[in-house]
Amino acid sequence: MAFVPFWYILIAILWTGFFVLEGFDMGVGMLNRVIGRDETGTRTVVSTIGPLWDGNEVWLIVAGAATFAAFPDWYATWFSGLYLALVLLLAALIVRGVSFEYRTKRDSRRWRSTWSWLLAIGSLLAPLLIGIALGDLLHGLPIGADHEYTGSFWDLLTPYGIFVGLTLVAICLLHGAIFIGMKTTGDVRFRADRFARRIAPVTAAFVLAFIGWTHVTAGRGGFLSPVELLAALAILAAWALAGDRREGWAFTATTVTIALCIISLFVDLYPVVMVSSTNRAYSLTAHNSASPPYTLKVMTVVALIFLPVVLLYQGWTYYVFRRRLTDDTYGPAAATTPRPAVSAAIAMASGRGAGQAGESGQARAGGRAEGHGPAGAEGTPPESRPGSQHPLVTESRERWRALLSGVGRGPKRGRHQ
Amino acid sequence: MRTDLARWQFAFTSINHFLFIPVTIGLAFLTAVLQTVWHRRQNPDYLRLTRFFGTLLVINVAIGVVTGLVQEFEFGMNWSSYSRLVGNIFGAPLAMEGLAAFFLESTFLGLWLFGWDKLPRRVHLATIWLVALGSVLSAAFIMSANSWMQHPVGYVMVRGRPQLTDIWALFTNPVFVWGYTKVILASLVTGAAVMLAVSAWQLRRGREAALFSRSARLALIVLLPTILLTMLVGDELGVIEAKYQPMKIAAAEAQWTTCQPCSFSLFQIGGGNDDHTPTQILEIPHLLSLLATNHWNGKVIGMTPLQAQYAAKFGPGDYTPNVFIQYWGMRVMAYLAVIVFLVALWGLWLARRRTLMSSRTFLWVATWAAILPFLMNTAGWLLTESGRQPWIVQGIMLTRNGLSPSVSTTELWISVIGFVLIYGTLGTVDLLLMLRYARRDAEAAPAGAETGEPVPAMHY
Repeated sequence: MAFVPFWYILIAILWTGFFVLEGFDMGVGMLNRVIGRDETGTRTVVSTIGPLWDGNEVWLIVAGAATFAAFPDWYATWFSGLYLALVLLLAALIVRGVSFEYRTKRDSRRWRSTWSWLLAIGSLLAPLLIGIALGDLLHGLPIGADHEYTGSFWDLLTPYGIFVGLTLVAICLLHGAIFIGMKTTGDVRFRADRFARRIAPVTAAFVLAFIGWTHVTAGRGGFLSPVELLAALAILAAWALAGDRREGWAFTATTVTIALCIISLFVDLYPVVMVSSTNRAYSLTAHNSASPPYTLKVMTVVALIFLPVVLLYQGWTYYVFRRRLTDDTYGPAAATTPRPAVSAAIAMASGRGAGQAGESGQARAGGRAEGHGPAGAEGTPPESRPGSQHPLVTESRERWRALLSGVGRGPKRGRHQ
Repeated sequence: MRTDLARWQFAFTSINHFLFIPVTIGLAFLTAVLQTVWHRRQNPDYLRLTRFFGTLLVINVAIGVVTGLVQEFEFGMNWSSYSRLVGNIFGAPLAMEGLAAFFLESTFLGLWLFGWDKLPRRVHLATIWLVALGSVLSAAFIMSANSWMQHPVGYVMVRGRPQLTDIWALFTNPVFVWGYTKVILASLVTGAAVMLAVSAWQLRRGREAALFSRSARLALIVLLPTILLTMLVGDELGVIEAKYQPMKIAAAEAQWTTCQPCSFSLFQIGGGNDDHTPTQILEIPHLLSLLATNHWNGKVIGMTPLQAQYAAKFGPGDYTPNVFIQYWGMRVMAYLAVIVFLVALWGLWLARRRTLMSSRTFLWVATWAAILPFLMNTAGWLLTESGRQPWIVQGIMLTRNGLSPSVSTTELWISVIGFVLIYGTLGTVDLLLMLRYARRDAEAAPAGAETGEPVPAMHY
C-alpha cells in the first residue's frame, strides 16, 4: 500500500482542517475588541468560539504529532530550523490560550483589556508565523546534505513566507468576521458584517496574489491548476457574499477558499516536503524523510478509526451550539462564572463605561448603552426598525465629523435617537 | 553548554506542565463524580460543588493545555537528532494521543462548559466523564512513549536506527504498566488533596459547612486508598526499574558498592557524585533489599561495578547520573507520601467521628498539605528522568547526542529565558486565580437544580 503518499495527504488534510477551523477562531480573537466594542459585545464575540476553539486547536497538535510519527526527518528539520519563530509562535499560542479562560476572571477593566489585547495579538501572530513556516517549505530554506537547517533566524523571513503569513492573517480576519456575523444578533452582527464587507477586497487581493505567487514559486509553469482556479473563484465568491445577511454562504465560500489555498500549497510541494535552497538535491522528500512502513501502517489504522469518530463528535458540537448568541446571554445583567452581587453591579457600570472611551457626547453615549442593555430592553434589532438609519451608521459619520472638526460634539439633532 | 541549556529548558517546561496535569486528571474525575451524585440524588448541594470545583478545573486546564503545546514542539525544536533517530517509535504514541485523547478531552470540555442548558442531563453528564477519560487516555500514550525511553522494547536496530516492530510492546512494557498506573494514582492523589485543601479552608471559614464537608469527605475517601496504592505501585515500579535500569536505582540509594543484603539509608549527609562515603544518619537493614528486589536478602548492584560494565559495553564515558538528585528525589517523594497518607488517615478518622468541621488543627494541616503532592510529583519525575542520564534512550542514545545541531547557544538562551518569563508569569497568575476562586462563596444553586429545568451554562 502506498503509505507514504497517504500520510502526506493526511498531513495536508490535518493542516487544512486546522486552518479552516482555527482560522475563524484566530479571526474572532483578533477582532474580539474591535467588533465587541464594550464588555457585553466582547464577551459575546469571544463566546461564539468559546465551546469550539480548544477542540479546533487540537488539529494543530495532531498535525505536528502526525508529522513527527510519519515523517520524523521532516519534523526534526522543520521544527529545529524554525526554532526562534516557533518560540514566538508558542508564546502567542500560550497567551492566547489562557486569555479565553482568564479574561473574565476579574472585573477590573485593565485586567480585561490586557487579556483582550493578548488574545488579539496572539491570534494575529499565530497564523502569521504558521504561514511563514508553511510558505518556507515551498520557497526553500538553507538545508544541508545531512538535512540540517544551516541558516539563521533571519533566513526564515523569506518574502514569500511572510506573504503567505499575511495572506493567512487576511483570510482569518474575513473568515472570523463572517463567523461572528453568522453567530450573533443585533449590533455585534451588524458590525461583524460590515467589517467583513470592508476587509473582503483586501483579503481577495491577498489571496489572488498568493495563488499567483505560489504558482510561480512552485515553478511548474503552465496555467493555474484546477485547485488554484477554484480557490480564486472561491475568494471572489466570498468577496461578493461578504456582509450579506445570509452569512452561511459567505462562510462556506471562505471555508472553501482556505481549504483550497492550503491544499494547493501542499499539492505544489509534493513529493518534496522541505525544499533546500542550498541545493535541490538536499531537499527533504516525503520518501526520504518517512518512517518505515510498520509505523505508517499502525498509524494508518489508528487514523482510519479515530478521524471519522472525531469528525463526528466535533461536527455534533457545531450542531449543539448552532444558535445565534444574543445580547441577553452576555449583557451586563448576566453573571460570569460565580461572582458575588457587589461586583456584578460594578461590572454593569463598567460595561457601560467601557464602550465609551474615545467617544464624544455623554448624552449619546448614555443613549447607546441603553440601546443594548439588560435583557428585554430592546425588542428588535436596530437594523430592522423601519424607516430609520442604523444608529451605528449615523454614529460613524458623527465620529468622522467630530474628528475633522476637532471638537467633541453632542448628539446630532434630527432623525436618530 | 548547549546540552545543559536544552536539558534545563526541557526539565523546566516538563516540571511546570506536570504541576497542572495531575490537577486536571484528578479534578476532572472528582468533578464528574460530584455531577454524577447530583444527577442521581438531585441534591442542589452537589450541583453547587460541581460548578465550584469545575471552575477551578477549567482555570487549571487552560494552563495545562498551553504548557502541553510546548512539550510537543520541544522534541523537534531542541532534540532534532533524537527525533530523527527514534521518531518512528516515539512519535507514534504522540500522534495517537492527539487523535484519541486530546480531541476527546478538548471537544467535550467545551460541550461541558457551555452546554449545561443545551444538552439533555444524561448527555451533559457524559461530557464531563469523557473529559476525564480523555485526560486519562492522553496520560497513557505519553507514558508509553516515556517508558520506551526508559526501557526500549518492540524494535530492531536497522543500520544504527531503532525501528518499531511491535506497537503492542509499548503497552505491555512493565515500566509502562506500573509507571502509568502510578501517574494516574498520583494524579488522583493530587486532585483529592487540592479538593481537600480547598474544602478545609472553606470549613475553617465556617460558612457553608454542610456543603464543603461533603467535598471534604469525598476527597478523603479518594485520597486514602490512592495514596496507599501509589506507595505500593511505586514500590513495585522500583523493583522493575532495578531490573531494567539498575544504575537509576543504585544512584537513588547512593549505593556505590554492590550489597547483599542492602540497608535502606533514611538520611545521609553529603553523598554527591564525588563523595562515595557519605555520613549515614539512619539505616534500616534489609529494607533496601526488600524495596529493590522484593526479597529479604536481595542484591543491589553498585554504581561502581555498573559504571565499569557500561564503559566496557558502550565505550568510555560517565554513566552515573546525579546521585544527589536521585537520593533526595526518591526520599522527598516517599517521605511526603507517608505524610499525605497520615493526613488522609487522620481526616477520615475525624470524618467518621463527625468532628471534621471542628478540628481546626486538622483543617489547617489539610489546607497546607495541598502543596505536598506537587513536591512529590516533581521529585518523582526528577528521579525517573535524571536517573536515566546520561541516556536519552536507555542503551541506545546519549542525551548529548540527541540535541538539535542547528540550534545555537544564543537561541537556547533566548528560549530558556523566554519560557522562564512566560511560565513564571502565567504560573503566578494561575495560582492567584486558583486561590481567588477557591476562596469564594460557592454560587447559589441555580433554579432547575432540583427540578428538571435547564441549568444555566458556565461560560467565559
